[in-house]
Amino acid sequence: MQLVLERRAERSTKIAILSPLIAIVLTLVTMAILFAILGKNPIAALNVYFVEPLTDSYSLMEIAVKATPLVMIAIGLSFCYLANVWNIGAEGQFIMGAVCGSWLAVVTNGTGAGPWVLPAMLVMGALGGALWAMIPALCKVKFGANEILTSLMLVYVADLIMDYLVRGPWRDPKGMNFPTTATFDPVANVPVLIEGSRLHAGAIVALIVVMLATVMLGRTIKGFEIRVVGAAPKAARFAGFSSDRLVLFTFAVSGALAGLAGIIEVAGPVGVLQPGISPGYGFTAIIVAFLGRLNPVGILIAGLFLALTFIGGEGAQISMKIPLDLTKVFQGILLFYVLACDSLILYRIRLISPFRKAADGTA
Amino acid sequence: MGLLEAIFLSVIAASTPLLLAAAGELVAERSGVLNLGVEGMMIMGAACGFAGAYLTGSTLIGALFGIAAGAALSLVFAALTLGMAVNQVAAGLALTILGVGLSGLIGAGFVGEKIVPAPALYIPFLTGIPIVGRILFGQDGFVYFSVALVAGIWWFLYRTRAGLILRAVGDSHTSAHALGYPVLKIRLFAVLFGGGCAGLGGAFLPLAYTPFFIPGMTAGRGWIALALVVFSSWRPLRLVGGAYLFGAVTILQLHAQAFGLGIPSQLMSAMPYLATVIVLVLISRARGTAGSAAPASLGMVFVPDR
Repeated sequence: MQLVLERRAERSTKIAILSPLIAIVLTLVTMAILFAILGKNPIAALNVYFVEPLTDSYSLMEIAVKATPLVMIAIGLSFCYLANVWNIGAEGQFIMGAVCGSWLAVVTNGTGAGPWVLPAMLVMGALGGALWAMIPALCKVKFGANEILTSLMLVYVADLIMDYLVRGPWRDPKGMNFPTTATFDPVANVPVLIEGSRLHAGAIVALIVVMLATVMLGRTIKGFEIRVVGAAPKAARFAGFSSDRLVLFTFAVSGALAGLAGIIEVAGPVGVLQPGISPGYGFTAIIVAFLGRLNPVGILIAGLFLALTFIGGEGAQISMKIPLDLTKVFQGILLFYVLACDSLILYRIRLISPFRKAADGTA
Repeated sequence: MGLLEAIFLSVIAASTPLLLAAAGELVAERSGVLNLGVEGMMIMGAACGFAGAYLTGSTLIGALFGIAAGAALSLVFAALTLGMAVNQVAAGLALTILGVGLSGLIGAGFVGEKIVPAPALYIPFLTGIPIVGRILFGQDGFVYFSVALVAGIWWFLYRTRAGLILRAVGDSHTSAHALGYPVLKIRLFAVLFGGGCAGLGGAFLPLAYTPFFIPGMTAGRGWIALALVVFSSWRPLRLVGGAYLFGAVTILQLHAQAFGLGIPSQLMSAMPYLATVIVLVLISRARGTAGSAAPASLGMVFVPDR
């Protein structure tokens, strides 16, 4: 008996819709087994992870706060991945966006600058992320250097640049030597939506990004170009679409969105620039992009789901002493199942017995 | 021991994990499989290797644990990319995310513990030769093994029939399949070999480099190993030069930091990563129109038709 893959005559629309759900169910089963191995009650642990955060308004708002950067970064990444461009350095672009935007907050700190500061910071953040993303994009277009490796290496460099700034020139003189900038002025803060919570206007920005991306991918020539270059590079060349230009474009868009997410995170929930502003948003966003099937609305749902795992993971750590690393394990397993289930859209698995094979006369 | 000798010794130590991981990945890529999960397999090798050595008190068993952990992760990767025809780039990223999480989970109980580092193997008389004696004949077992491994891979790829078949599979899986070679089976072995090597490279860190385990201690070495394979143009012997070059960059920036030349330490710490980007650009540019040296089927999905 042997399991083999067989190409379907056409892609299965049924599986295309079901695949993320199947993947989530399989992940939950795997997680339950893992909890049992760790000696925790699986039902109680799953409850803390996936149900409890949905039962009180504070946690619900925290989910929105965590989903905001995830969705924004993942939308940008989906542009890249649709075009078969592999930007995996969004974490670095997120950090550089936060750094560039924070520069304005640091220099205007305590000067009584007007309300222009925040909009200017957001622009700086998007620019910073986009420029940082241009490095791997240009290295690829000009020299043919593999963008996977260069974009990832620049994550470490961005992290070190931020570390240098907050320990050196930008360190808060009144900060007791902690590596952090001074707390941003109110004009440099993203306004909160609901008084007394951390839910901020960035969530609305994320929703706008989802809408714009939907229109762009579905209704414009550029969106069509992205799809064609990714799905059929040869046909795209005949149509006169330049893949080099698209590499630059998708990197710029994803860098700008990651950078915007970075400055919104710093000027919103965090309030200062300091190491550890991101619990790996740039990497988790890769999972969000795939779980959302590289579709803007799908990404919105996937972003909320993965944000739920962050909040659930924190809850599980506090109430059940489950290590925080389990959230990463969960995310990795989820991505595996998503990819495997996606494969079933194009292929079906068939069981072949050695006897039938011989009878068919095929090898 | 003079400063120069100390620098050489530490360069070799810093290069060895890169060389081990890159050598394994080179074989996998030569068979046509791009496994971007090296970082994940290395950190799992580090966590499991340390756990094994701590629990048994034996460096050798620790190393075997590391190999097993790397190979086990690569088996998951193989099941997806070879069995389920999943995109190799995405699956490799998933493997790294999973490996980092799992290693944190496994290693959590061992943080702060110490073990006895792998002993240097002294060879009587030869080790006593001034200057080069300790550099050439006073290393730990990992270092000798890494050099032997690369030599073995070179011999296998270019001097054996099996190596020729493996390269054929990597260059044209359809032709190899048509000739009757079991493409997926060959790739499975290559991926497992790569996983074992990455696990061993990771295990080297807590077993010989620093005698303790820290979460995330691989610090991007898996990605640098991937870049080294590109740097070497997929040739094993060039890998040695590349790995030692990167080891040297890592160590020299540490010494420069110690001297405190007024350069921010962060800029120095960024050197290995910046060097990777620069080297990738230079290599890719030098190849230019001459065409890529990469195996022609690298990263492509293969589903045998029947």
